[in-house]
Amino acid sequence: MTSTLTQPVEVGACPPDPVDPPPTEGIRPLRRLGLRKAVPFSRMTGVVLLLAVWALGSGAGWIDDRKLSAPWTVVTSAVELVAEGTLQQHILASLSRAVLGFVIGCVIGTALALASGLTRTGEALIDGPVQFKRAIPTLGLIPLLILWLGIGETFKITVIALGTVVTIYIQTHNALTALEQRYVELAEVLGLTRAQFVWKVVLRGALPGFFLGLRLAVTGAWLTLIVVESINAVSGLGKMMFNAQNYGQPDVILVGLLVYGVFGLASDAGLRLLERRALTWRKTLGG
Amino acid sequence: MSAVRIRGLIRGFGDRNVLDGLDLEIPDGQFVALLGRSGSGKSTLLRALAGLDYDVEIRGGALAVPEKVSVAFQDSRLLPWLRVLDNVTLGLDRQGRSRGSEMLAEVGLAGREDAWPLELSGGEQQRVALARALVREPQLLLADEPFGALDALTRIRMHGLLDDLVRAHRPTVLLVTHDVDEAIVLADRIVVLDEGRIAVDRHVDLDKPRSITDPGFRDIREDLLTALGVITQP
Repeated sequence: MTSTLTQPVEVGACPPDPVDPPPTEGIRPLRRLGLRKAVPFSRMTGVVLLLAVWALGSGAGWIDDRKLSAPWTVVTSAVELVAEGTLQQHILASLSRAVLGFVIGCVIGTALALASGLTRTGEALIDGPVQFKRAIPTLGLIPLLILWLGIGETFKITVIALGTVVTIYIQTHNALTALEQRYVELAEVLGLTRAQFVWKVVLRGALPGFFLGLRLAVTGAWLTLIVVESINAVSGLGKMMFNAQNYGQPDVILVGLLVYGVFGLASDAGLRLLERRALTWRKTLGG
Repeated sequence: MSAVRIRGLIRGFGDRNVLDGLDLEIPDGQFVALLGRSGSGKSTLLRALAGLDYDVEIRGGALAVPEKVSVAFQDSRLLPWLRVLDNVTLGLDRQGRSRGSEMLAEVGLAGREDAWPLELSGGEQQRVALARALVREPQLLLADEPFGALDALTRIRMHGLLDDLVRAHRPTVLLVTHDVDEAIVLADRIVVLDEGRIAVDRHVDLDKPRSITDPGFRDIREDLLTALGVITQP
């Protein structure tokens, strides 16, 4: 096998080349098909370019500042809003809504998933209704919820919590029931008690699915927040933005969007950090 | 005294009986290797003994195993979310946990208590699995091709380890394998499963450590390969 590879192969009547070619010529040139190595921060290029176009357009007067304020106007508006204390006030109102709804939703969603994933009775009672609820967009329930709860804080928190419950439930329940049969066999062979089995095997194994649910749910919670704050809110980022729409202040709307963006990124980063801490065993998989 | 007593064990899948009235008796402390062609029911028998098979049928016979049975699977079957020591002592009380560290040292993994299973090599994972099986001081150790997924060199090293462990802890062993040499190196007795029954049952009377170049080894090897239908008798 080796000899056929190392010995020069004679092709046709051509005698083998008596002189060894220099090694560089012997390397077959390959066409590079994969992506080249990434330049650090190169992904920011697009963002910077977009900002530059925006600044240039505003500075040159090509962009109507009644539709889109200049970047520096957005910054000064933000500074003003902070100085007045209005921005903090709205952020606090929005945050408390989102956090409260999210936490309530997490607790209920996790509890339902555990009841349904660990017992047949729970599954029979809970899984059907939640799957049915899943088919109905949470935002579609708003008219009914307004009829029941009015348009106050309770209503807003309830809508956010409802969306969270479903997302957390689906992911956690799925993770609980997807435990590999071989691990169940192992637990049986080792003679684990049911409590040991649930605690050491099922729950630990379902943790990645739970975290996935958390991350999806937090995104959903921010989305729901914007929508519910458009309904008769007296405070909150959504209220601030809809007011700005009425008064024709695109800079304030942009400040609001910026804050939403920061919250979205920050909450996801926070959850990812938490996930890495809780799931250290996965670190070797590049997670 | 017999550690394992099987009489008339039947296990069907569909209309085919994989185990068809199987009889097998294993005395206390004996190391039995179970050979057989693929699909001959080796793993089925082992699962029945481990109590993992709820559909076995015992027609007018018996199935008796000791109270303390441990299983070593082909995949190490470590829980990736538990550290090595927690895997070894899973389900044991505090006293068991202290024995866990000793057991890890015995399989050559002293100091790796806090490692995650995914950080270990395949051979190391299988060592942990052996530690988990033996820390329970089983009267019967059932091993289902425990070295089947390991490379040849690691496998040879694991044979030595298993030999030492069995000598130290003295469990009765039933090792399912498809590796004839592995069976001859390790076992006191080799049985070949065919058509749902024991077709060959022979003792291995070679001194340990056993060498593949020993003429006695070669004779047994030839016999077994013939029984398994790999070598056809002239």
